[in-house]
Amino acid sequence: MTEPLLSVRNLTVDLPASGDRLHAVSGLSFDMYPNEIVCVVGESGSGKSVTAFTAMGLLPKALKVAGGEMLFEGRDLLKMSRHEHAGLRGKRISMVFQEPMTALNPCFTVGDQIEEIFRTHTKLSSAECKARTMALLEEVRLPDPPRVYASYPHQLSGGQRQRIVIAIALAMDPKLLIADEPTTALDVTTQAQILSLFKTLKTTHNAGILFVTHDFDVVAEIADRVIVMQKGIVVEQGTAEEVLNQPQHPYTRQLIAAVPRKREGAAPPLQEEIALQVKGLSKTFHLGRTLTRKARTVHALHPTDFTVRKGETLGIVGESGSGKTTLVRCLIRLLDPDEGEIWIGDRNFAKGSRESLRAARKDIQIVFQDPYGSLNPRRSIGEQLIGAPMNFGVSRDVAWERAKRLMKIVRLEEEALYRYPSQFSGGQRQRICIARALMVEPKVLIADEAVSALDVSVQKEVLQLLADIKRDMGLTILFITHDLRVASQICDNLIVMSHGKIVERGTVDQVFGDAQDAYTRQLLSAMPGRGWEVPDLDALSA
Amino acid sequence: MTSLDLSLPKAGTVRRKGFFARAMANPGFLFGAILLGLIVTMAILAPLIAPYDPLAQNMLRRTVSPFWMSDGNWAHPLGTDGLGRDYLSRIIYGARISLLIGIFTVICSGIIGTVMGVLAGYFGGKVDLAINFLIMTRLTLPVVMVALAVVALFGGSLMVVVLVLGLLLWDRFAVVMRSAVMQIRNQEYIQAAQSMGYSTPKLLFRELLPNIFDRLAVIATFEMAHAILLEASLSFLGLGVQPPTPSWGLMVAEGRQYLLFDSWLILIPGAAICALVLAINMMGDGLRDAMAPDKRN
Repeated sequence: MTEPLLSVRNLTVDLPASGDRLHAVSGLSFDMYPNEIVCVVGESGSGKSVTAFTAMGLLPKALKVAGGEMLFEGRDLLKMSRHEHAGLRGKRISMVFQEPMTALNPCFTVGDQIEEIFRTHTKLSSAECKARTMALLEEVRLPDPPRVYASYPHQLSGGQRQRIVIAIALAMDPKLLIADEPTTALDVTTQAQILSLFKTLKTTHNAGILFVTHDFDVVAEIADRVIVMQKGIVVEQGTAEEVLNQPQHPYTRQLIAAVPRKREGAAPPLQEEIALQVKGLSKTFHLGRTLTRKARTVHALHPTDFTVRKGETLGIVGESGSGKTTLVRCLIRLLDPDEGEIWIGDRNFAKGSRESLRAARKDIQIVFQDPYGSLNPRRSIGEQLIGAPMNFGVSRDVAWERAKRLMKIVRLEEEALYRYPSQFSGGQRQRICIARALMVEPKVLIADEAVSALDVSVQKEVLQLLADIKRDMGLTILFITHDLRVASQICDNLIVMSHGKIVERGTVDQVFGDAQDAYTRQLLSAMPGRGWEVPDLDALSA
Repeated sequence: MTSLDLSLPKAGTVRRKGFFARAMANPGFLFGAILLGLIVTMAILAPLIAPYDPLAQNMLRRTVSPFWMSDGNWAHPLGTDGLGRDYLSRIIYGARISLLIGIFTVICSGIIGTVMGVLAGYFGGKVDLAINFLIMTRLTLPVVMVALAVVALFGGSLMVVVLVLGLLLWDRFAVVMRSAVMQIRNQEYIQAAQSMGYSTPKLLFRELLPNIFDRLAVIATFEMAHAILLEASLSFLGLGVQPPTPSWGLMVAEGRQYLLFDSWLILIPGAAICALVLAINMMGDGLRDAMAPDKRN
């Protein structure tokens, strides 16, 4: 057996006194060996990022290490001076951050930012620096390295930037690479490429990779060993094989059960009545026009047609830039479409000024992605709920009664109506947003990435809630998402969008079983966790 | 599937502290509020607490020293000025002028600036362009110069000073409100409100304004201090409040000729201006801290 690369013993990190628990991480112990990917899995607040930041010596000031040791190549990282630790950072240990959009300095070219590492840690000549930078860009498989070398971060896509961040992390051939949710902010196809890059790097650099994630499908894709954390405590650790297929701890089982999977069995037959019909809807943006320069046109949405029948859940799937957000914003007329018709019942929602549409707005409502941004922080939940029906002439008392009933439906207590948004968790807020959208009894509900920001188990809860509400109220739902797995769990029919066009449509089974378009097939093959079937948990616990 | 904890946090443990309690926990706010409270009470109760008529001259008792000097006495605790008027009474009455100017200027310029800023920030485009032009134009005008010109044309009086300052000091309100609204306009809860059929005025008042009120309150305090200082400068230059009305700025101006031998004639009104501005600024700082959403709960 080789020596462990990183050996963590009894690590405890305290939270500030006002926190909801005493320790961010408590009694954490694990070993990492070279040429190994260890995945730390947990939901938000489980202490997985704190673990990563402790190893980097980048803990926020409010958090203090209370005890334990963290041996890296035989030296305790926790007893090191700041200066010594800084000497290791970037050289022997390096980190890849979650958000590639902000991890690079926008003022310097990519080449400058990579060479910076060589200038800090070595005494290479500038020609050598450049040569090694080029080699790195090749290694992370970026196209046309000389062009990328001279580019500024804003000229590159998210996936390319994440590759740059990885290149910077790899510059000094570190023995330990810490990746904190490095693919969460990326599109599925990009994620698949970055994950395979990590798998290659493990062997070529003989490095240990500590990979923090919340997604069990990603774990299934790359992990050698898995550590499952809950509220700062390790509840289970073992090889990927053991944890994924024979989870022992109830929490691990709960997380694995919440992994979105295609719904089995045939969808119930749909009614004939059409709830929403879209004909030839299109939108073109004209950007960057100045006095001297002509506008650049972007066809965000090519003429699009689809119909949604009453009681149907239609999934609209696409990656960033596919035009799905433009479609949604046109549908609820936050944007004015250039052309086309939106028929809800016998009213064309695309026609008329926004002001004249106000009365019709109750037919179509939306739940947004960000549970933190979509509630007004300064108004109580009750006030926000009754606002919409009161706009449509419902009296305050009636609206308040309805709010109370909806609180029950979204499984919150009535008392919640008197509170403010800051007192609720992300999942609770999203349930409040659903209740708010339902207050006016809309015909069509749009869920715009409504579960993307939530933890998996909460995500499952909210999806279940949506399915229940749809069944009980006969609601029609447009479910917008980037995640095919989630879409396949809840939708009856799917539409796949790419570059402002619908490239594929059909039932979930048709799309998954027999995709016609090349892009759809690419999306399907990029889904993480293929080849891993969620084990039969009931059989395990028996 | 394991059931998840859907219950709310226990009431009482998480119920947020009221705004008042949070503000009171801030020592700066507390100090500022007490000091300002004292000055306001003094101004309101001036006729009751001032020992003398602030305008009554007494040529026999000119430049009497305040009580802490060897030749001072308690008949005139802060002494008398060059015309034998009781200095304490003049300071007490002078507070009325300063506060009046501060409050009216802030109301006047606050309304102008907020309306402009909110319109520019919310509607953007051509409205923003037009309002930005107005803001730019205003920023090119030095306040004191314009005030001098106006006073030279219409003569100096309390009314003129309030109007000039009120019509000139809205720039900061407009600039800050504009950027605050632009930031909030794109929040999803505003879009949600649009899709829920809120009319534009209702949306602005119900959804938007409550979220920028903290910034509004903070600028209001700073602008109030600014206006008080400007009044003092204008009066000092002889272009603001006209004698014999007691104004702190004017008192500094009148004390100028005694600077060498009876310097307290300048120091006392100067200290009064200083205290008032300090109190208002500290309250503004405290307000900002107490209203920051992340300091809640």
